[in-house]
Amino acid sequence: MTPTSVLQVENLSKTFTLHTQGGVRLPVFADVSFTVGPGECVVLSGPSGSGKSTLLRSLYANYLPDAGHIRARHGGGWVDMVRAEPREILAVRHETMGYVSQFLRVIPRVPTLDVVAEPLLSQGTGQNEAEARAKTLLARLALPERLWSVPPATFSGGEQQRVNIARSFVRSYPILLLDEPTASLDQANRETVVALITEAREAGTAIVAICHDAPVRDAIATRLFDVTEFAAAA
Amino acid sequence: MSEPLLAVDSVTKLYPGGRIGCRDVSFNLYPGEVLGIVGESGSGKSTLLNCLSAKMEPTAGSIRFDTRAGGLTDIFSLSEPERRLLMRTDWGIVHQNPRDGLRMGVSAGGNVGERLMAVGARHYGNIRAEALDWLTQVEIPEDRVDDRPRDFSGGMQQRLQIARILVSQPRLVFMDEPTGGLDVSVQARLLDLLRGLVRSLGLAAVVVTHDLAVVRLLADRLMVMKDGDVVEAGLTDQVLDDPHHPYTQLLVSAVLQV
Repeated sequence: MTPTSVLQVENLSKTFTLHTQGGVRLPVFADVSFTVGPGECVVLSGPSGSGKSTLLRSLYANYLPDAGHIRARHGGGWVDMVRAEPREILAVRHETMGYVSQFLRVIPRVPTLDVVAEPLLSQGTGQNEAEARAKTLLARLALPERLWSVPPATFSGGEQQRVNIARSFVRSYPILLLDEPTASLDQANRETVVALITEAREAGTAIVAICHDAPVRDAIATRLFDVTEFAAAA
Repeated sequence: MSEPLLAVDSVTKLYPGGRIGCRDVSFNLYPGEVLGIVGESGSGKSTLLNCLSAKMEPTAGSIRFDTRAGGLTDIFSLSEPERRLLMRTDWGIVHQNPRDGLRMGVSAGGNVGERLMAVGARHYGNIRAEALDWLTQVEIPEDRVDDRPRDFSGGMQQRLQIARILVSQPRLVFMDEPTGGLDVSVQARLLDLLRGLVRSLGLAAVVVTHDLAVVRLLADRLMVMKDGDVVEAGLTDQVLDDPHHPYTQLLVSAVLQV
Protein backbone atom coordinates (compact mmCIF):
# COMPACT_ATOMS: atom_id res chain seq x y z
CA MET A 1 0.00 0.00 0.00
CA THR A 2 1.42 3.39 -0.91
CA PRO A 3 1.30 5.85 1.95
CA THR A 4 -0.93 8.88 1.36
CA SER A 5 1.67 11.18 2.86
CA VAL A 6 5.38 10.98 3.56
CA LEU A 7 5.77 14.29 5.38
CA GLN A 8 3.37 15.55 8.04
CA VAL A 9 3.77 18.96 9.63
CA GLU A 10 1.56 19.52 12.64
CA ASN A 11 1.06 22.74 14.68
CA LEU A 12 4.60 23.88 14.07
CA SER A 13 5.72 27.13 15.71
CA LYS A 14 9.00 28.98 15.68
CA THR A 15 10.22 32.11 17.44
CA PHE A 16 13.81 33.29 17.49
CA THR A 17 15.07 34.76 20.77
CA LEU A 18 18.16 36.90 20.32
CA HIS A 19 19.96 36.87 23.64
CA THR A 20 22.82 38.95 22.30
CA GLN A 21 20.32 41.70 21.39
CA GLY A 22 18.80 42.03 24.85
CA GLY A 23 16.48 39.06 24.46
CA VAL A 24 14.49 40.37 21.47
CA ARG A 25 11.87 37.85 20.39
CA LEU A 26 11.18 37.40 16.69
CA PRO A 27 8.09 35.27 16.11
CA VAL A 28 8.16 33.68 12.65
CA PHE A 29 5.20 31.36 12.32
CA ALA A 30 2.71 29.57 14.56
CA ASP A 31 0.54 26.49 14.22
CA VAL A 32 1.62 25.52 10.73
CA SER A 33 0.10 22.23 9.56
CA PHE A 34 0.26 20.54 6.18
CA THR A 35 1.09 17.18 4.63
CA VAL A 36 2.94 16.22 1.48
CA GLY A 37 2.42 13.01 -0.43
CA PRO A 38 4.54 11.14 -2.98
CA GLY A 39 4.52 12.86 -6.37
CA GLU A 40 3.47 16.22 -4.94
CA CYS A 41 5.42 19.46 -5.18
CA VAL A 42 4.35 22.01 -2.58
CA VAL A 43 5.78 25.46 -3.19
CA LEU A 44 5.91 27.72 -0.13
CA SER A 45 4.69 31.18 -1.05
CA GLY A 46 4.84 34.57 0.62
CA PRO A 47 7.08 37.63 0.42
CA SER A 48 10.68 37.70 1.65
CA GLY A 49 10.84 37.54 5.42
CA SER A 50 7.56 35.64 5.78
CA GLY A 51 9.33 32.58 7.15
CA LYS A 52 9.58 30.29 4.12
CA SER A 53 13.27 29.55 4.61
CA THR A 54 12.84 29.12 8.36
CA LEU A 55 10.09 26.58 7.69
CA LEU A 56 12.12 24.72 5.08
CA ARG A 57 15.19 24.63 7.34
CA SER A 58 13.03 23.37 10.19
CA LEU A 59 11.83 20.49 8.00
CA TYR A 60 15.47 19.50 7.54
CA ALA A 61 16.12 19.93 11.30
CA ASN A 62 18.67 22.63 10.56
CA TYR A 63 16.49 24.90 12.72
CA LEU A 64 14.71 23.70 15.85
CA PRO A 65 11.03 24.73 16.16
CA ASP A 66 9.61 25.55 19.62
CA ALA A 67 6.49 23.45 19.30
CA GLY A 68 4.78 21.00 16.99
CA HIS A 69 5.83 17.96 14.98
CA ILE A 70 7.50 17.22 11.66
CA ARG A 71 7.01 13.57 10.90
CA ALA A 72 8.99 12.10 8.05
CA ARG A 73 8.26 8.64 6.66
CA HIS A 74 11.56 6.81 7.10
CA GLY A 75 12.40 3.12 6.73
CA GLY A 76 8.84 1.92 7.26
CA GLY A 77 8.26 4.12 10.32
CA TRP A 78 7.99 7.80 11.21
CA VAL A 79 10.71 10.06 12.60
CA ASP A 80 9.77 13.34 14.29
CA MET A 81 12.47 15.74 13.09
CA VAL A 82 11.71 18.07 16.03
CA ARG A 83 12.48 15.49 18.70
CA ALA A 84 14.65 12.77 17.16
CA GLU A 85 18.20 12.05 18.31
CA PRO A 86 20.98 13.52 16.13
CA ARG A 87 21.88 10.10 14.71
CA GLU A 88 18.25 9.44 13.72
CA ILE A 89 18.08 12.82 11.96
CA LEU A 90 21.34 12.06 10.17
CA ALA A 91 19.93 8.70 9.08
CA VAL A 92 16.84 10.45 7.67
CA ARG A 93 19.07 12.93 5.82
CA HIS A 94 21.22 10.11 4.53
CA GLU A 95 18.46 7.87 3.22
CA THR A 96 15.21 9.77 2.99
CA MET A 97 15.45 13.53 2.82
CA GLY A 98 17.57 15.56 0.40
CA TYR A 99 18.12 19.30 0.62
CA VAL A 100 19.26 21.70 -2.08
CA SER A 101 20.38 24.98 -0.58
CA GLN A 102 21.19 28.13 -2.48
CA PHE A 103 24.81 27.78 -1.56
CA LEU A 104 27.29 24.98 -1.77
CA ARG A 105 29.20 24.31 1.41
CA VAL A 106 32.55 23.64 -0.18
CA ILE A 107 34.68 20.77 1.00
CA PRO A 108 38.31 21.74 0.44
CA ARG A 109 40.38 19.68 -2.01
CA VAL A 110 37.58 17.39 -3.20
CA PRO A 111 37.13 17.47 -7.02
CA THR A 112 33.70 18.34 -8.44
CA LEU A 113 33.07 14.88 -9.88
CA ASP A 114 33.70 13.29 -6.46
CA VAL A 115 31.46 15.85 -4.75
CA VAL A 116 28.63 14.84 -7.08
CA ALA A 117 29.28 11.09 -6.97
CA GLU A 118 29.62 10.97 -3.18
CA PRO A 119 25.90 10.52 -2.32
CA LEU A 120 25.81 7.48 -4.62
CA LEU A 121 29.01 5.99 -3.21
CA SER A 122 27.80 6.38 0.36
CA GLN A 123 24.64 4.56 -0.70
CA GLY A 124 26.72 1.62 -1.88
CA THR A 125 26.75 2.24 -5.64
CA GLY A 126 29.97 1.07 -7.33
CA GLN A 127 32.68 3.60 -8.22
CA ASN A 128 32.26 3.26 -12.00
CA GLU A 129 28.51 3.56 -12.05
CA ALA A 130 28.55 6.45 -9.57
CA GLU A 131 31.06 8.35 -11.71
CA ALA A 132 29.14 7.63 -14.90
CA ARG A 133 25.92 8.94 -13.43
CA ALA A 134 27.65 11.99 -11.98
CA LYS A 135 29.15 12.75 -15.41
CA THR A 136 25.79 12.37 -17.16
CA LEU A 137 24.19 14.83 -14.77
CA LEU A 138 27.02 17.38 -14.90
CA ALA A 139 26.86 17.24 -18.71
CA ARG A 140 23.10 17.70 -18.62
CA LEU A 141 23.56 20.77 -16.43
CA ALA A 142 26.11 22.06 -18.97
CA LEU A 143 29.00 22.30 -16.53
CA PRO A 144 32.15 22.39 -18.73
CA GLU A 145 34.03 19.10 -18.61
CA ARG A 146 37.34 20.84 -17.85
CA LEU A 147 35.89 21.80 -14.42
CA TRP A 148 34.99 18.27 -13.35
CA SER A 149 38.40 17.47 -11.90
CA VAL A 150 38.65 20.82 -10.06
CA PRO A 151 37.32 21.40 -6.53
CA PRO A 152 34.30 23.76 -6.81
CA ALA A 153 35.70 26.30 -4.29
CA THR A 154 36.68 28.77 -7.03
CA PHE A 155 33.57 28.34 -9.19
CA SER A 156 31.07 31.11 -9.94
CA GLY A 157 27.77 31.19 -8.07
CA GLY A 158 25.88 29.60 -10.96
CA GLU A 159 28.48 26.86 -11.40
CA GLN A 160 28.46 26.05 -7.69
CA GLN A 161 24.69 25.90 -7.69
CA ARG A 162 24.73 23.43 -10.57
CA VAL A 163 27.22 21.25 -8.68
CA ASN A 164 24.87 21.43 -5.71
CA ILE A 165 21.89 20.44 -7.83
CA ALA A 166 23.78 17.62 -9.52
CA ARG A 167 24.80 16.30 -6.09
CA SER A 168 21.19 16.26 -4.93
CA PHE A 169 19.64 14.77 -8.06
CA VAL A 170 22.29 12.11 -8.70
CA ARG A 171 20.28 9.77 -6.48
CA SER A 172 16.61 9.75 -5.65
CA TYR A 173 15.19 10.71 -2.27
CA PRO A 174 11.64 9.99 -1.09
CA ILE A 175 11.52 13.60 0.19
CA LEU A 176 13.31 16.55 -1.38
CA LEU A 177 13.56 20.11 -0.05
CA LEU A 178 14.54 22.85 -2.51
CA ASP A 179 15.56 26.37 -1.47
CA GLU A 180 15.61 28.59 -4.57
CA PRO A 181 17.05 25.88 -6.81
CA THR A 182 17.19 28.14 -9.87
CA ALA A 183 18.19 31.44 -8.24
CA SER A 184 21.48 32.10 -10.03
CA LEU A 185 20.97 30.09 -13.22
CA ASP A 186 20.50 31.19 -16.83
CA GLN A 187 17.38 30.34 -18.84
CA ALA A 188 18.70 27.08 -20.39
CA ASN A 189 19.87 25.73 -17.04
CA ARG A 190 16.62 26.77 -15.38
CA GLU A 191 14.77 24.61 -17.89
CA THR A 192 17.07 21.67 -17.15
CA VAL A 193 16.44 22.03 -13.42
CA VAL A 194 12.68 22.25 -13.98
CA ALA A 195 12.93 19.01 -15.98
CA LEU A 196 14.94 17.31 -13.21
CA ILE A 197 12.42 18.38 -10.57
CA THR A 198 9.51 17.20 -12.69
CA GLU A 199 11.16 13.83 -13.34
CA ALA A 200 11.81 13.33 -9.61
CA ARG A 201 8.23 14.25 -8.77
CA GLU A 202 6.79 11.94 -11.42
CA ALA A 203 8.97 9.15 -10.01
CA GLY A 204 7.24 9.64 -6.65
CA THR A 205 9.40 12.07 -4.72
CA ALA A 206 7.56 14.39 -2.34
CA ILE A 207 8.92 17.91 -2.84
CA VAL A 208 8.74 21.09 -0.77
CA ALA A 209 10.25 24.11 -2.50
CA ILE A 210 10.87 27.83 -2.18
CA CYS A 211 10.92 29.52 -5.55
CA HIS A 212 10.50 33.22 -6.29
CA ASP A 213 10.81 32.79 -10.05
CA ALA A 214 7.16 32.74 -11.23
CA PRO A 215 7.58 30.72 -14.47
CA VAL A 216 9.63 28.05 -12.64
CA ARG A 217 7.15 27.99 -9.78
CA ASP A 218 4.23 27.52 -12.16
CA ALA A 219 6.09 24.75 -13.94
CA ILE A 220 6.94 22.69 -10.85
CA ALA A 221 4.18 23.34 -8.28
CA THR A 222 1.27 20.98 -7.83
CA ARG A 223 0.11 23.12 -4.89
CA LEU A 224 0.99 26.43 -3.26
CA PHE A 225 1.18 26.81 0.49
CA ASP A 226 0.91 30.37 1.75
CA VAL A 227 3.13 30.86 4.79
CA THR A 228 1.84 34.40 5.53
CA GLU A 229 -1.41 32.92 6.85
CA PHE A 230 0.56 31.52 9.78
CA ALA A 231 2.48 34.66 10.70
CA ALA A 232 2.91 34.72 14.46
CA ALA A 233 1.90 37.77 16.46
CA ALA A 234 4.83 39.61 17.99
CA MET B 1 19.18 0.41 17.38
CA SER B 2 22.68 -0.73 18.32
CA GLU B 3 24.29 -0.44 21.75
CA PRO B 4 26.33 2.65 22.56
CA LEU B 5 30.11 2.39 22.36
CA LEU B 6 30.55 4.84 25.21
CA ALA B 7 27.91 5.51 27.87
CA VAL B 8 28.55 8.55 30.05
CA ASP B 9 26.26 9.08 33.00
CA SER B 10 26.21 12.17 35.28
CA VAL B 11 29.96 12.66 35.26
CA THR B 12 31.17 15.32 37.68
CA LYS B 13 34.76 16.23 38.43
CA LEU B 14 35.55 18.49 41.38
CA TYR B 15 39.07 19.72 42.02
CA PRO B 16 40.49 20.22 45.51
CA GLY B 17 38.79 23.15 47.20
CA GLY B 18 35.52 22.31 45.48
CA ARG B 19 36.38 24.03 42.18
CA ILE B 20 34.19 22.59 39.44
CA GLY B 21 35.89 20.86 36.52
CA CYS B 22 32.76 19.57 34.86
CA ARG B 23 29.32 18.91 36.25
CA ASP B 24 26.65 16.32 35.58
CA VAL B 25 27.59 15.43 32.00
CA SER B 26 25.68 12.57 30.35
CA PHE B 27 25.65 11.27 26.79
CA ASN B 28 25.80 8.11 24.73
CA LEU B 29 28.20 7.82 21.81
CA TYR B 30 27.40 5.27 19.11
CA PRO B 31 29.76 3.48 16.70
CA GLY B 32 30.69 5.78 13.83
CA GLU B 33 29.45 8.90 15.60
CA VAL B 34 31.63 11.99 16.02
CA LEU B 35 30.91 14.22 19.01
CA GLY B 36 32.35 17.73 19.18
CA ILE B 37 32.83 19.50 22.51
CA VAL B 38 33.28 23.27 22.29
CA GLY B 39 33.73 25.99 24.84
CA GLU B 40 36.30 28.58 25.85
CA SER B 41 39.36 27.95 28.02
CA GLY B 42 38.28 26.88 31.48
CA SER B 43 34.86 25.66 30.35
CA GLY B 44 35.67 22.13 31.48
CA LYS B 45 36.03 20.51 28.07
CA SER B 46 39.58 19.28 28.71
CA THR B 47 38.64 18.02 32.18
CA LEU B 48 35.80 16.06 30.62
CA LEU B 49 38.09 14.64 27.92
CA ASN B 50 40.61 13.60 30.58
CA CYS B 51 37.86 11.76 32.46
CA LEU B 52 36.51 10.09 29.31
CA SER B 53 39.95 8.88 28.29
CA ALA B 54 40.62 7.46 31.78
CA LYS B 55 43.41 9.88 32.61
CA MET B 56 41.47 11.29 35.55
CA GLU B 57 38.86 9.61 37.69
CA PRO B 58 35.61 11.60 38.02
CA THR B 59 34.33 12.56 41.48
CA ALA B 60 30.90 11.13 40.64
CA GLY B 61 29.12 9.41 37.78
CA SER B 62 30.10 6.56 35.48
CA ILE B 63 31.85 6.11 32.15
CA ARG B 64 31.26 2.78 30.47
CA PHE B 65 32.90 1.50 27.29
CA ASP B 66 31.75 -1.40 25.15
CA THR B 67 34.76 -3.70 25.63
CA ARG B 68 35.26 -6.62 23.26
CA ALA B 69 35.31 -9.06 26.16
CA GLY B 70 32.58 -7.88 28.48
CA GLY B 71 30.29 -5.38 26.76
CA LEU B 72 29.60 -2.07 28.52
CA THR B 73 32.10 -1.93 31.39
CA ASP B 74 32.96 0.89 33.79
CA ILE B 75 36.43 1.95 32.67
CA PHE B 76 37.51 2.66 36.24
CA SER B 77 36.57 -0.86 37.34
CA LEU B 78 39.18 -2.29 34.96
CA SER B 79 42.59 -3.24 36.29
CA GLU B 80 45.52 -1.02 35.31
CA PRO B 81 46.88 -3.55 32.74
CA GLU B 82 43.39 -3.98 31.24
CA ARG B 83 43.04 -0.22 30.92
CA ARG B 84 46.48 0.09 29.31
CA LEU B 85 45.58 -2.62 26.81
CA LEU B 86 42.37 -0.73 25.98
CA MET B 87 44.39 2.43 25.34
CA ARG B 88 46.76 0.59 23.01
CA THR B 89 44.07 -1.17 21.01
CA ASP B 90 40.49 0.10 21.02
CA TRP B 91 41.31 3.70 21.90
CA GLY B 92 43.45 6.32 20.28
CA ILE B 93 44.33 9.71 21.68
CA VAL B 94 45.38 12.52 19.35
CA HIS B 95 47.23 15.07 21.47
CA GLN B 96 47.26 18.75 20.63
CA ASN B 97 51.05 18.71 20.76
CA PRO B 98 52.34 15.84 18.59
CA ARG B 99 55.37 15.58 20.91
CA ASP B 100 53.05 14.15 23.56
CA GLY B 101 51.91 11.39 21.25
CA LEU B 102 55.10 10.55 19.36
CA ARG B 103 58.52 9.21 20.21
CA MET B 104 60.66 11.96 18.79
CA GLY B 105 63.86 9.94 18.61
CA VAL B 106 62.37 7.02 16.69
CA SER B 107 61.85 7.03 12.90
CA ALA B 108 58.42 7.78 11.43
CA GLY B 109 58.03 4.15 10.35
CA GLY B 110 59.14 3.03 13.80
CA ASN B 111 56.57 5.24 15.49
CA VAL B 112 53.81 3.56 13.51
CA GLY B 113 55.28 0.04 13.69
CA GLU B 114 55.71 0.27 17.44
CA ARG B 115 51.94 0.43 18.00
CA LEU B 116 51.53 -2.69 15.87
CA MET B 117 54.21 -4.53 17.84
CA ALA B 118 52.48 -3.50 21.06
CA VAL B 119 49.44 -5.47 19.98
CA GLY B 120 51.48 -8.51 19.04
CA ALA B 121 52.64 -8.08 15.41
CA ARG B 122 56.07 -9.69 14.97
CA HIS B 123 56.76 -10.09 11.23
CA TYR B 124 59.06 -7.23 10.24
CA GLY B 125 58.03 -7.20 6.57
CA ASN B 126 54.33 -7.02 7.40
CA ILE B 127 54.85 -4.34 10.00
CA ARG B 128 56.86 -2.20 7.60
CA ALA B 129 54.33 -2.67 4.79
CA GLU B 130 51.44 -1.71 7.02
CA ALA B 131 53.33 1.26 8.46
CA LEU B 132 54.06 2.44 4.91
CA ASP B 133 50.42 2.06 3.95
CA TRP B 134 49.31 4.25 6.86
CA LEU B 135 51.98 6.85 6.21
CA THR B 136 50.68 7.09 2.62
CA GLN B 137 47.12 7.49 3.89
CA VAL B 138 48.16 10.45 6.00
CA GLU B 139 50.13 11.85 3.05
CA ILE B 140 53.66 11.41 4.39
CA PRO B 141 56.00 10.76 1.43
CA GLU B 142 57.62 7.34 1.35
CA ASP B 143 61.12 8.81 1.33
CA ARG B 144 60.54 10.32 4.80
CA VAL B 145 59.77 6.98 6.48
CA ASP B 146 63.20 6.61 8.03
CA ASP B 147 63.42 10.23 9.20
CA ARG B 148 62.72 11.16 12.79
CA PRO B 149 59.65 13.22 13.61
CA ARG B 150 61.79 15.97 15.16
CA ASP B 151 62.83 16.81 11.58
CA PHE B 152 59.19 17.05 10.43
CA SER B 153 57.07 20.16 10.14
CA GLY B 154 54.27 20.63 12.70
CA GLY B 155 51.58 19.55 10.26
CA MET B 156 53.51 16.44 9.27
CA GLN B 157 54.13 15.53 12.92
CA GLN B 158 50.40 15.78 13.54
CA ARG B 159 49.63 13.53 10.57
CA LEU B 160 52.23 11.04 11.80
CA GLN B 161 50.60 11.01 15.22
CA ILE B 162 47.31 10.18 13.55
CA ALA B 163 48.86 7.32 11.55
CA ARG B 164 50.40 5.95 14.75
CA ILE B 165 46.98 5.86 16.35
CA LEU B 166 44.95 4.54 13.45
CA VAL B 167 47.30 1.65 12.67
CA SER B 168 45.95 -0.37 15.59
CA GLN B 169 42.40 0.15 14.25
CA PRO B 170 40.87 1.81 17.30
CA ARG B 171 37.11 2.00 17.66
CA LEU B 172 37.15 5.27 19.58
CA VAL B 173 39.47 8.22 19.07
CA PHE B 174 39.84 11.18 21.43
CA MET B 175 41.14 14.38 19.86
CA ASP B 176 42.27 17.39 21.89
CA GLU B 177 42.49 20.50 19.67
CA PRO B 178 43.77 18.39 16.75
CA THR B 179 44.48 21.45 14.61
CA GLY B 180 45.67 23.77 17.38
CA GLY B 181 49.00 25.44 16.69
CA LEU B 182 48.95 24.74 12.95
CA ASP B 183 48.84 27.23 10.07
CA VAL B 184 45.42 27.72 8.53
CA SER B 185 46.38 26.04 5.24
CA VAL B 186 47.88 23.07 7.11
CA GLN B 187 44.77 22.91 9.28
CA ALA B 188 42.53 22.64 6.23
CA ARG B 189 44.55 19.73 4.86
CA LEU B 190 44.56 17.93 8.21
CA LEU B 191 40.84 18.44 8.71
CA ASP B 192 40.08 17.21 5.25
CA LEU B 193 42.21 14.14 5.89
CA LEU B 194 40.60 13.48 9.29
CA ARG B 195 37.14 13.90 7.81
CA GLY B 196 37.88 11.35 5.08
CA LEU B 197 39.41 8.86 7.54
CA VAL B 198 36.64 9.19 10.10
CA ARG B 199 34.02 8.55 7.40
CA SER B 200 35.81 5.72 5.60
CA LEU B 201 36.83 3.86 8.77
CA GLY B 202 33.53 4.44 10.55
CA LEU B 203 35.41 5.72 13.61
CA ALA B 204 33.67 7.06 16.66
CA ALA B 205 35.42 10.14 17.98
CA VAL B 206 35.25 12.81 20.65
CA VAL B 207 36.80 16.05 19.42
CA VAL B 208 37.51 18.85 21.87
CA THR B 209 38.18 22.23 20.32
CA HIS B 210 37.43 25.92 20.60
CA ASP B 211 37.31 26.17 16.78
CA LEU B 212 33.73 26.03 15.46
CA ALA B 213 34.92 25.42 11.89
CA VAL B 214 36.58 22.19 13.06
CA VAL B 215 33.40 20.81 14.58
CA ARG B 216 31.27 21.90 11.63
CA LEU B 217 33.46 19.85 9.35
CA LEU B 218 34.06 16.84 11.61
CA ALA B 219 31.31 16.43 14.19
CA ASP B 220 27.84 14.91 13.79
CA ARG B 221 26.74 16.38 17.07
CA LEU B 222 27.88 19.02 19.45
CA MET B 223 28.02 19.81 23.16
CA VAL B 224 28.63 23.41 24.22
CA MET B 225 30.26 23.81 27.63
CA LYS B 226 30.47 26.80 29.92
CA ASP B 227 31.79 26.90 33.51
CA GLY B 228 31.75 23.11 33.71
CA ASP B 229 28.16 22.67 32.52
CA VAL B 230 26.83 21.48 29.18
CA VAL B 231 24.62 24.43 28.21
CA GLU B 232 23.45 23.19 24.82
CA ALA B 233 23.70 19.95 22.85
CA GLY B 234 22.38 18.60 19.58
CA LEU B 235 22.94 18.13 15.88
CA THR B 236 26.03 20.15 14.89
CA ASP B 237 24.51 22.27 12.13
CA GLN B 238 21.39 22.90 14.21
CA VAL B 239 23.34 24.12 17.25
CA LEU B 240 25.54 26.35 15.08
CA ASP B 241 22.80 27.73 12.78
CA ASP B 242 19.99 28.02 15.34
CA PRO B 243 21.70 28.37 18.72
CA HIS B 244 19.30 28.73 21.66
CA HIS B 245 21.45 29.31 24.73
CA PRO B 246 22.75 32.87 25.24
CA TYR B 247 26.33 31.61 25.50
CA THR B 248 26.09 29.59 22.25
CA GLN B 249 24.63 32.61 20.47
CA LEU B 250 27.53 34.71 21.70
CA LEU B 251 30.03 32.05 20.64
CA VAL B 252 28.56 31.72 17.14
CA SER B 253 28.18 35.46 16.60
CA ALA B 254 31.79 36.04 17.69
CA VAL B 255 33.14 34.10 14.71
CA LEU B 256 34.47 36.33 11.96
CA GLN B 257 32.99 35.60 8.56
CA VAL B 258 35.61 35.08 5.86
